[in-house]
Amino acid sequence: MTSSPTTPASHVLEQPTGPYGTRLLQGWFTTGGAADLDEHLNRYGPPPLSRATGRGSVAPVIRAVEDAGLTGRGGAAFPTGRKLRTVAEGRGPAVVIANGMESEPASHKDETLLDLAPHLVLDGAALAAVAVGAEAVHLCLPRTRHHQIRALGEAVEHRRQRRLDPVPVHVHGLPHYYVSSEETSLVRWLNGGDARPSATPPRPFEKGVDRRPTLVDNVETLAHLALIARYGPAWFRGAGRPDAPGTTLVTLSGAVRTPGVYEVPMGLPLGEMLGTAGGSSQPLGAVLLGGFFGSWLPTDQVMSVPFTKNDLAALGAGPGAGVLVVLPRSACGLAETARVLAYLAANSARQCGPCRFGLPAVAEDFAALARGQADADLSHRLERRVGLLAGRGACRHPDGASRLAATALRAFADDVRHHLLSGPCAAAGGEPVLPVPDASVPQDHEWR
Amino acid sequence: MAVIGVSGHSLRIDRIECGGHGVCAELLPELIELDEWGYPILRDTHVTAELLGHARRAVAACPVLAMRLDRVVRQKSGRT
Repeated sequence: MTSSPTTPASHVLEQPTGPYGTRLLQGWFTTGGAADLDEHLNRYGPPPLSRATGRGSVAPVIRAVEDAGLTGRGGAAFPTGRKLRTVAEGRGPAVVIANGMESEPASHKDETLLDLAPHLVLDGAALAAVAVGAEAVHLCLPRTRHHQIRALGEAVEHRRQRRLDPVPVHVHGLPHYYVSSEETSLVRWLNGGDARPSATPPRPFEKGVDRRPTLVDNVETLAHLALIARYGPAWFRGAGRPDAPGTTLVTLSGAVRTPGVYEVPMGLPLGEMLGTAGGSSQPLGAVLLGGFFGSWLPTDQVMSVPFTKNDLAALGAGPGAGVLVVLPRSACGLAETARVLAYLAANSARQCGPCRFGLPAVAEDFAALARGQADADLSHRLERRVGLLAGRGACRHPDGASRLAATALRAFADDVRHHLLSGPCAAAGGEPVLPVPDASVPQDHEWR
Repeated sequence: MAVIGVSGHSLRIDRIECGGHGVCAELLPELIELDEWGYPILRDTHVTAELLGHARRAVAACPVLAMRLDRVVRQKSGRT
């Protein structure tokens, strides 16, 4: 790396990219530890809040995020700049929600980011709050992560003592079920209700917390925003591809040598992405892309595909929250899918028809298929029921479950035939690969 | 620049309110059928002028008022 002779070597602002091209995880790769406030300020300086004030027009930071082409890292990949602008143009004071719920069991990137670089997330939330004219920031975390709630509470307190945050930041612990991380669930909980999705419209950006325009952004998205505010859109576009700029955090697991959370450039071919996790540890069967709401794809079809929304859409998949699980050939994809569907059925909010009846029925059918106990009509029934889940709920929960089931039936078509005709394969009773939590159904009071 | 308002109506179901009573499918079978548990499957959200009267009756008859008929005004630029 070349450096200008006028730049002091210790001035880290000149090197906002760390080892292995890391940005969000630069501090971790440089020091090997989590960044406290002093270290964060030494590395990055205070958040450039002056760039977030628009004074009657659009704030420079919003234009920078638009030019950078940052998209949401929570799963939907919506353009962050457009969302910021919409909330900023809404009527009256706004609210910012930093979504750190990460209810996807195969994802650990938000938890890791909040552990290692909490102040990047909090900087991003502060900058976003000023940019959209918000009077408060709510950081939403799973209630089950006690240590993280305490650590973030302390981080917020340290920032308050230094007067770094222009608006109050509240740290909340919410019920941790699969649908609790949906943006309308956060709004409903913050408004005193259950952490269950609401019917839309209105969407949170129109009417959210206290009926105010509400910006809901994933914590990783906010951390990227904090860096874009400092180093600008051209720097951000220095990684990734023109149509998918920047880096992204991914959680790689299953049959890879070193599973974990990695920061990779957008657009990296999936085969190379697995290479960052040490490559495959055994012969591969299929990959689950996007997590429990994701798509099963045969390994040979995906290794050269770049990790971008458009390239993955061509395969009927999406980046989701950056989850990639590799299933070894020795595992049974139908048994894995049956376990996930049972979990998704139990963790639905049970508010709409498809999640009260359709999804549990699909999960039962799938379990019978995995056990090799299918009746004659199962194949047709399953196909019909899976096809009727999508687009018929208040949130996208049935859509995600439908995608998982439909892609499993396609990717494991040979196994389906085997299970239907000759009973379960040898692998069906084997050690599970996917980390599926307990599938018990939450009681009504547990949603509060 | 001339602006032409293209109006129509579109049907929306509040899936949380909906209790699967099935009245809508009886009154508006052209657009709505029921799944095996009695919950509506909306074939098309767009309501044509011929079906507007039936759609209004279906909306009014829902015992939990879970259906809405929204007026859609699409703005089209008249400049070509």
